[in-house]
Amino acid sequence: MTSLPSSLQRWFDSRGWQLHPHQTEMLSRADEPSLLLIAPTGGGKTLAGFLPTLAELSEAPEPGLHTLYVSPLKALAADIKRNLRTPVDEAGLAIRIEDRTGDTSATQRKRQRADPPHILLTTPESLALLVSYEDAARTFAGLRRVVVDEIHALAESKRGDQLMLALARLQTLAPGLRRVGLSATVDDPGVIARLLAKSPDPCAILQADPGPEPDIEMLFTDEAPPWSGGGAAYAVPAVLDQIRRHKTTLIFHNTRAQAEIFFRNLWLANEDTLPIGIHHGSLHRVQREKVEAAMVAGELRAVVCTGSLDLGIDWGDVDLVIQVGAPKNVKRLVQRIGRANHRYNAPSKALLIPANRFEVVECLAALEAVKDHDLDGDPRGPGPRDVLCQHILIAACSGPFDADALYAEIKSVGAFADLSRAGFDGCLDYCATGGYALRAYDQWKRLVQRPDGLWQLRDPRSAQRIRQNIGTIQDSDLLKVRLHRSRGGKPLGEIEESFAATLSAGDTFLIGGEVVRYEGLREMTVEVTRQAGRKPKVAVFGGTKFATSTQLSQRILRMLQQGDWPELPKHTADWLHLQRSVSRLPEPDRLLIESFPHDGRAQLAVYGFSGRNAQQTLGLLLTKRMEEMGLAPMGFVATDYATLIWGLDAVTDVAPLFDLNALEADLETWLAGNAVMKRTFRASATIAGLIERNLPGQRKSGRQATMSSDILYDTLLKYDPDHLLLQVTRQEAMRGLVDFSRIREMCQRVEDRIDHVSLDRVTPLAAPLFLEPGRVPVRGSADERLLKEELSQLISHAGLDHLPG
Amino acid sequence: MNSLDFTFSGAQLVALPSGGLFWPERSVLIVSDLHLGKAARLLPFGGAQLPPYEARETLVRLSDDIEATGARHVICLGDSFDAPGVDMELPEPDRLHIAALQAGRDWTWIEGNHDPGPVSLGGTHVTELDLAPLVLRHIAQPEAKPQAQGEVSGHYHPKARIVLRGRSLTRRCFLLDSARLILPAYGTFTGGLRSDSTILCDLMAPEAYAILIGPTLARIPMPRGDVTSPLRPATAR
Repeated sequence: MTSLPSSLQRWFDSRGWQLHPHQTEMLSRADEPSLLLIAPTGGGKTLAGFLPTLAELSEAPEPGLHTLYVSPLKALAADIKRNLRTPVDEAGLAIRIEDRTGDTSATQRKRQRADPPHILLTTPESLALLVSYEDAARTFAGLRRVVVDEIHALAESKRGDQLMLALARLQTLAPGLRRVGLSATVDDPGVIARLLAKSPDPCAILQADPGPEPDIEMLFTDEAPPWSGGGAAYAVPAVLDQIRRHKTTLIFHNTRAQAEIFFRNLWLANEDTLPIGIHHGSLHRVQREKVEAAMVAGELRAVVCTGSLDLGIDWGDVDLVIQVGAPKNVKRLVQRIGRANHRYNAPSKALLIPANRFEVVECLAALEAVKDHDLDGDPRGPGPRDVLCQHILIAACSGPFDADALYAEIKSVGAFADLSRAGFDGCLDYCATGGYALRAYDQWKRLVQRPDGLWQLRDPRSAQRIRQNIGTIQDSDLLKVRLHRSRGGKPLGEIEESFAATLSAGDTFLIGGEVVRYEGLREMTVEVTRQAGRKPKVAVFGGTKFATSTQLSQRILRMLQQGDWPELPKHTADWLHLQRSVSRLPEPDRLLIESFPHDGRAQLAVYGFSGRNAQQTLGLLLTKRMEEMGLAPMGFVATDYATLIWGLDAVTDVAPLFDLNALEADLETWLAGNAVMKRTFRASATIAGLIERNLPGQRKSGRQATMSSDILYDTLLKYDPDHLLLQVTRQEAMRGLVDFSRIREMCQRVEDRIDHVSLDRVTPLAAPLFLEPGRVPVRGSADERLLKEELSQLISHAGLDHLPG
Repeated sequence: MNSLDFTFSGAQLVALPSGGLFWPERSVLIVSDLHLGKAARLLPFGGAQLPPYEARETLVRLSDDIEATGARHVICLGDSFDAPGVDMELPEPDRLHIAALQAGRDWTWIEGNHDPGPVSLGGTHVTELDLAPLVLRHIAQPEAKPQAQGEVSGHYHPKARIVLRGRSLTRRCFLLDSARLILPAYGTFTGGLRSDSTILCDLMAPEAYAILIGPTLARIPMPRGDVTSPLRPATAR
């Protein structure tokens, strides 16, 4: 397979197009059992992945599935179908292409299993579902190639682990299967290659020409950014000006709520009524598709968006990317910048807009990292066992299995290559019994071993429930939002249930750039009416709060060591100078801690630079230790660079607080009763099928689900602390929401080099922390002391303190 | 033990940090709203899937209180079970646990709105109990004559919210005036009704007290959402 079939060659010629070198090479290396292509955005990656398939199917293709295409986004599957149809139809190829996602109709799905197309475009979740059917062996028997698009994005999540487990299954069903991965620029392609290949086989890596260096800078505005917050409203006039000067601008935000606020502010100032749209994951599909279509048709001058636009849909003529808020992660920034790369070999143009004063420093550090090609990547540990449990249940749905064979198959997945037999057996036992503490409950006894040694579902009817719970994405209890009408009005999108719970009739919030008025909740749908002109109470979608990566944090710390900062705007440089003169600046191999009184409380600021999640965990662990030491902590707040703790008593000796061994021991005991741990547990318990995502015919409200998973967590902790899912939860705690690994890394880095500065007032660096939202109260001895204090005041006011008791 | 003594309708009573009420003179321990079997009741609805360990939790606290007070008579003030018949579905260890607690002492189940009708476990089952100068029933009867015996009831799961130096604190509580004493819920997973709710404000006399339970027992004027109260109750967010 070294050349393009003549029909396709003619089609390319007729358009005056030429293959890129990496596209030609993909054709010539089509027989590699696994091949990873690394190419920048706009490099014709997806076509490169499909060319061998089109070539192999160019002449009188046999019926049956030839190529499976998996992408992280449903929209991508639909987009690719459209884009593939054109060359296939115009070159006169008789190739059937269909997509299959959560949006595909039931009839269509059934037909696809019986009579699959040549090319099936799908997502990891839909693939897992296909694999769970009894006829999976027949559907996939003739499969020749699988193309995994945006594999760099999948590799960072459990979705990728689930996908790779499904691929192992497919490899057993179709041993000749060849794997192709398509990836954006990453720090270590070898890591992704190992995930893609059948372990322990090697995987060839093909690097496309990365193209010219991006043209990227920070946007300086006349007005200084505020001290805290993430809205960047101050930059709206400057952004509008940039939109006017470019054809199409993508404006990326880190969270959906910020995108909504910024979008509204843009429109309030948009006197030329430039066509500007909004796109994020909480908007209804119809709304998103409208924006996507308008974008493709070139009708929009700008789109305000979030990570929902991070992945590869072709947006046409984007010539400027604006990142609002510090990018937190250099790799993601580089990938976003690539969105402006509409012509291969043209430099992408991008602007960074810091949302607050500290982010000015962070943006500058990110710019330098991009120039140095210093991408960040955090290693992901071994394959997660909650996903493995789900996979075992999926295998059981498709038919009885042999434990030895399944174990061997799972070990062929890179992430699970080191899985011990005991580890596998633990998961199998969990699937079969629910684990020691839950063994009395039928609902968790899913598998039985037959006399012939094979494992099967104890009750075949449970297959339906298992299938309904397939997937690893945690959607955080979203409620649909609709316009209030007699018969169900227009759907607008979704909001988090926890936010909906704070609304009462008449409250207003933003969704899709519209201000709407909350009318009521009906059948788990939020009903609203349009309410133009009112100042909204803002929708809190939560969304993902990314933590600043280790590499970027270290770069910021190094930057703070400079004697002066000529590359920073004066307002920010002055701020840092002031901090240096009244206290000191944090240093890479030391830990700066400041204590000072403020607001009637003793304050403690810990500049750990470990990212938001780890700083949050540090706040929980330190307040726990302070409670034990009788210092009556009352609460804390965390940012990417610091944790601020307040309490009744000042800390005089900080060293004992940062004993790593004690912190680790505390982490273990602190596991109980902590909301972050419970959320971590809930995610794993859902994936592993301990709690159900949705029950047939009835949806329990998110708060009910939280309640039961919290109680299960407490129960297991008390009666079965070694339960598989608690082991998984502890393991997860090292990264993600808890991110203890970064606290460990910090403690090991600074050892005893702790600088404790006591001052009589707030310091310049600490001041913005007081404006941070998300303050966490700590309940403990401070409550009792305040209560006693109040009681004694009450008694003395009443003159009762002199009476005999 | 950490506890708070008070007088009600001439009876010397002791509020326990767990939410139990001890009457030393009669050696009576009164607990309200145990809601045993909540897990079992929710299971058929597919709602909360949780193993019924909550009963064990509540029973352990109850046996600690019985041991500490040496009570010879235990009175459960209604809603002891989350639904009629749930007592039959309690796991065997929990039923045995209750039987062990009942051994050697009197035990009275007062019926509540969640558990009308007799239970399969030992003990006496009554709708209300006259222990002059007190009368014990599940739900307070506002129409009952105030000069009659002091009424001890449960049902509302009262809790109080107060603000201390700018910090809000919510605790389960007893509510107390000259005619009425309302007990907090004793059960493990029970919600609560704030003392500043209209129902409780209407029920209790203006000079009523709340006894906050927890590590520090505190007797304070009942928070009513009234800013002039000495313990400025939190205003709703």
